Amino acid sequence: MSVESQETNAPQSPLSTTAAARLVAGREIHTQVRSKPFVISTLVTVVLIIGGFIALGFMGGDDEDEVPVAAVELPAEHQQMLEETNFEVTQAGSMDEAEQLLQDGDVDVIAAFDEESYIQIQLIGLDELPMTEAQNLSVMPTMDVLDGDAEDSDILYFVAMAFGLIYMLVAMGSGMIIMQNTIQEKQNRIVEILLSAISAKALLAGKILGNSIVALGQFLTMAVASVVGMAVSGQLEYLEMLTWPMAWFLVFFIPGFLLVASVFAATASLVSRQEDSGSVMTPAMMLVMAPYIVALFGLNNDLVMTVASYVPFTSPVAMSVRLFDGSTAWFEPLLSMGILVITTVLVMALAARIYSGALLHTGQRVKLSQALKSEN
Amino acid sequence: MLQLHDICRSFSGKQVLHDVSFSARPGQLTGFVGGNGAGKTTTMRIILGVLASDSGTITLDGSPLTATSRSRFGYMPAERGLYPKMKIAEQITYLARLHGFSKEDATQRAENLLVSLGLKDRLTDALETLSTGNQQRVQIAAALVHEPDVLILDEPFSGLDPHAVDQVLQVLTERADAGATVLFSSHQLDVVERLCNELVIIGDGKILDAGGREDLRRRHGSLRYELTSDADLSWVQTQPGVLIDEITPERVLFQSEESQAHAVLTEAVKRGTVKSFSPILPNLSEIFREFTADKTDEEAAA
Repeated sequence: MSVESQETNAPQSPLSTTAAARLVAGREIHTQVRSKPFVISTLVTVVLIIGGFIALGFMGGDDEDEVPVAAVELPAEHQQMLEETNFEVTQAGSMDEAEQLLQDGDVDVIAAFDEESYIQIQLIGLDELPMTEAQNLSVMPTMDVLDGDAEDSDILYFVAMAFGLIYMLVAMGSGMIIMQNTIQEKQNRIVEILLSAISAKALLAGKILGNSIVALGQFLTMAVASVVGMAVSGQLEYLEMLTWPMAWFLVFFIPGFLLVASVFAATASLVSRQEDSGSVMTPAMMLVMAPYIVALFGLNNDLVMTVASYVPFTSPVAMSVRLFDGSTAWFEPLLSMGILVITTVLVMALAARIYSGALLHTGQRVKLSQALKSEN
Repeated sequence: MLQLHDICRSFSGKQVLHDVSFSARPGQLTGFVGGNGAGKTTTMRIILGVLASDSGTITLDGSPLTATSRSRFGYMPAERGLYPKMKIAEQITYLARLHGFSKEDATQRAENLLVSLGLKDRLTDALETLSTGNQQRVQIAAALVHEPDVLILDEPFSGLDPHAVDQVLQVLTERADAGATVLFSSHQLDVVERLCNELVIIGDGKILDAGGREDLRRRHGSLRYELTSDADLSWVQTQPGVLIDEITPERVLFQSEESQAHAVLTEAVKRGTVKSFSPILPNLSEIFREFTADKTDEEAAA
């Protein structure tokens, strides 16, 4: 604490905005990654995703099991046909014996000779028609669709839900953290100390940057967990289908999240107490939930999905789903991306003004117009 | 030298600062005193640039403040606040880095400073686990870690026990001796009186008076004299031009003009052995009360 040390070491100019923002971002990341709730919730999510894929794998494997059947007076060629189509054949000497086996639950169904049937087999169930078992014997033609890829609508639904849910969970989680941090800094006035060292712009930029990196990390963790889950449960064939939509989703996710983060930060700067956050957060929350709701209710409505794929807040999910569906022209994702990026830049600039204007007003909730007008 | 010229500020139409002008010199502890709502915190926030003034200028050594010169300021806000869950050494290091210190330098400084404030054993503790007094010391470290040339401290001593006051005072005095300008506000007038050579008094958003402590005391309040003697002093009551404040047979405290006081002393010497005779300057609380009384009178007149 001598005069000399001050003259030799003390920096004589403030940090550049970029350097200051990087420091702020570093602190945000550091603080979050080390917090217990964050680590636990990430681990739980990873376990759920991997577990989910494994569970899906088991359910899928169930119909591979052989169906026990009691064969009554069947010619050898018919018995062979049963064995080839996933039946486990038990010989029954008579119909009575076969019925006994079925009653006891040793077999699921009885197969008897029937001349009237096209394949000359009659299947007899216990108390209902053996539809499932009969399907083993049915012959299917090959199938395809004219428009788009042949992905079935179940998978499309699954992808839409997954994208919508991941986006909502990650954006909402990080958005809430940005909100809490901003209000906390305002509530306990550390913001005055911070702003005596760096600019409000640097603080906002650092906060958005840091939390976006954390959110991106969470997103990638979920993606890796999904791939691991598919690999472990032997469903890697889906991966090929999902690679491109996931890559697009990631590309859309980045500006989409910056947009959400800016809205949350600007919103939070309007209040000075955690208790008041409820009064301002509704619009931000609705913007985060919109993509999921669109995916949930608008999936089968082409018009809704097309419009949503251009609206900045819903486009990250809606456009990714449409890309998966294969219903887009080549320029559409680029156009939608352009709209999203421009909106993000504009909203960030607006958020910076609100943030700078409202950050040092404490006490009552700051009105939006007031924050925009205020210079300090 | 830090100088404020005619600073005005209004909040939603209500003017809270009226042409506030004063200066604080390097190497000195300058006390900024005033009642609740007098405008101390607003003035300090304007000096720091966290709040804009409506008009007026602030200069440091003659040149207007810029982001660069303000980066050499240290600030302790009235309402204490740092990150509650962050380890104290980490957060002081973080603040030093925001002021532009390298990582190594910042870490070293943060630790040295916290140790000198008596927090050696708490470096890796989260702020919220510390007692109020210790949190206050961390807050002071936050204002000091970048070795600022100008220190603006809003009520730095409130909530501290006498031992902590001394520790903080020592660190502040070191900074002032090293050439820093230290301005701090307080409503604990006895503390300010003990610590500061320079005073600025603010009331209702106006600077009421400023200057050296002794000058202020001489300028304001009535001069009093204390006389003690072997002999009975009750005769003093009958002297012309003398107003008795306190009297016991061997000690008297009275107000009077200087010539009258000397007449009393001469008389006392004749009547017995004078043990002591000294002028008593008014203390800050009295000066402060006088200002408040003036205001009440004005209000009554209006």
